[in-house]
Amino acid sequence: MTASVSQSIVESGQRAAERSDASAGGVAKKATFKVWRGDSNGGKLETYTTEVSEGMVVLDAIHQIQSESANDLAVRWNCKAGKCGSCSAEVNGMPKLMCMTRLNDLDLSEPVTVEPMRAFPPVRDLVTDVSWNFEVKKRITKFTPRAPDVADGTWRMDQADVDRVQEFRKCIECFLCQDVCHVLRDHNKHDSFIGPRFLTYTAALEMHPLDTVDRTAELKEAHGIGYCNITKCCTKVCPEGITITDNAIIPLKERVVDEHYDPLRALVRLFRRKSQ
Amino acid sequence: MGVDVVQIRRRGWGETMRRDAWWIQPAIVFLILSSFLVYATWAAFQNAHYEYGNYLSPFYSPLLFGDSASAWFGPKPLRWPALLPFSPALIILPFPAGFRFTCYYYRGAYYKAFWADPPSCTVGEPRKGYRGERSFPLIIQNIHRYFLYFALIFLIFLGHDAWKSMWFTDEVGKTHFGIGLGTLLLTANVILLGGYTFGCHSLRHLVGGYLDRLSRNPVRKTAYACASCFNRVHMRWAWCSLFMVAFCDIYVRMLSMGVWTDPRLF
Repeated sequence: MTASVSQSIVESGQRAAERSDASAGGVAKKATFKVWRGDSNGGKLETYTTEVSEGMVVLDAIHQIQSESANDLAVRWNCKAGKCGSCSAEVNGMPKLMCMTRLNDLDLSEPVTVEPMRAFPPVRDLVTDVSWNFEVKKRITKFTPRAPDVADGTWRMDQADVDRVQEFRKCIECFLCQDVCHVLRDHNKHDSFIGPRFLTYTAALEMHPLDTVDRTAELKEAHGIGYCNITKCCTKVCPEGITITDNAIIPLKERVVDEHYDPLRALVRLFRRKSQ
Repeated sequence: MGVDVVQIRRRGWGETMRRDAWWIQPAIVFLILSSFLVYATWAAFQNAHYEYGNYLSPFYSPLLFGDSASAWFGPKPLRWPALLPFSPALIILPFPAGFRFTCYYYRGAYYKAFWADPPSCTVGEPRKGYRGERSFPLIIQNIHRYFLYFALIFLIFLGHDAWKSMWFTDEVGKTHFGIGLGTLLLTANVILLGGYTFGCHSLRHLVGGYLDRLSRNPVRKTAYACASCFNRVHMRWAWCSLFMVAFCDIYVRMLSMGVWTDPRLF
């Protein structure tokens, strides 16, 4: 890269920053944050004050605190655009992406609390160990398509049939839904309940027009779908606006009812088997 | 799979870092559902003032038994338990009550409002143990679709009541078409109950949601789209229909008691 091109990029960045400051109004004021500091042995809320301006998000303030007064503050982040799902935390008690939570939407006359997700073990400060989720994903029966529709080994699908599952594909795996779910958060049922994220993942597989596997038995037993009591908290906190409860979990619950709790259907199945 | 998840200390009952008035919503739900439950139980045991002219309270519809001339099978079932006071509403109300009790929307709402499980999102709970809808008694909630079947039948009766409410008998015994405020209320009642029933999650599943390839069945695809449309605002239908069914009973009761008169629009 030539020096002139590098210089041009730097200047372009400076102009963008100036525009951003101008659009933000540039009015700076002090705000207080209570940030959870600690590790797996315990921790406490530490108070920090920093200068904030319009247009800033919580992650900006945390970075500012990190550079000004808490260089060892641990925070996980990546895209700052609400797409990587890294900066999940609890802001004023509600699970949110720090990069998508604007300070002008918060009441700054009181301290803003920033805590790590409570459903997972803390590693340090705002960073939690979410590896349990990756282990859970491995337990779900994989996508098993039917035989290809045409000789070249490809399939044909109607857009109307994939519309429903495409909603679930928006998930960025921020695990805010897992964090807010009281079954995991308060009752610690990590060994018997896969949580809203993976019920949505299962729904995407189960409702897929090409998939051939019936996952209702594993949903009922190993995945503990019966633990969900439809609080809809997962839907409320989803930054991608996925209607987790109504479009994924309840339809799966109904499929489980079809197979395991509907005596009329069981009777019909019995007669069908006998007639065959 | 062995899981050793170490969390930050579990929060106690009502403990939260939320700063909004999280308790308002469950408190309102508690207040409204409790009031409805008390009023509906009281009204069901009254066995009086459920009919006025061509208007029939939805709490007593269909009128299988009763002292009214329009009762289908006479005044009282032969084997009615002597200890239980008779009211025609007691025979039919368990079905719509069961439909609402097992409804997916109401379940989420009353688990929060009545059982604090949880009181609200990210608010600490009173109990450590949790079984969810996985075992008795809440596993019974899976019966919801059977209550749906009854609810669909009840819509036909309530539609018929709305139709009947449009036909008034004058002093000489001649029947003619008319619209009173009661007609509008009973019609609104069946429309709101229809909106609530047609948006039921179980109905949405049964009409097409269970299929992975809806496009191959255009009738089911359309039915699924309609049910999904109603389902998107299921909560609103649920509350509006609840208010209307109670108000229709109050309206007919007050007419029958002579507290107010029915304004005739034409």
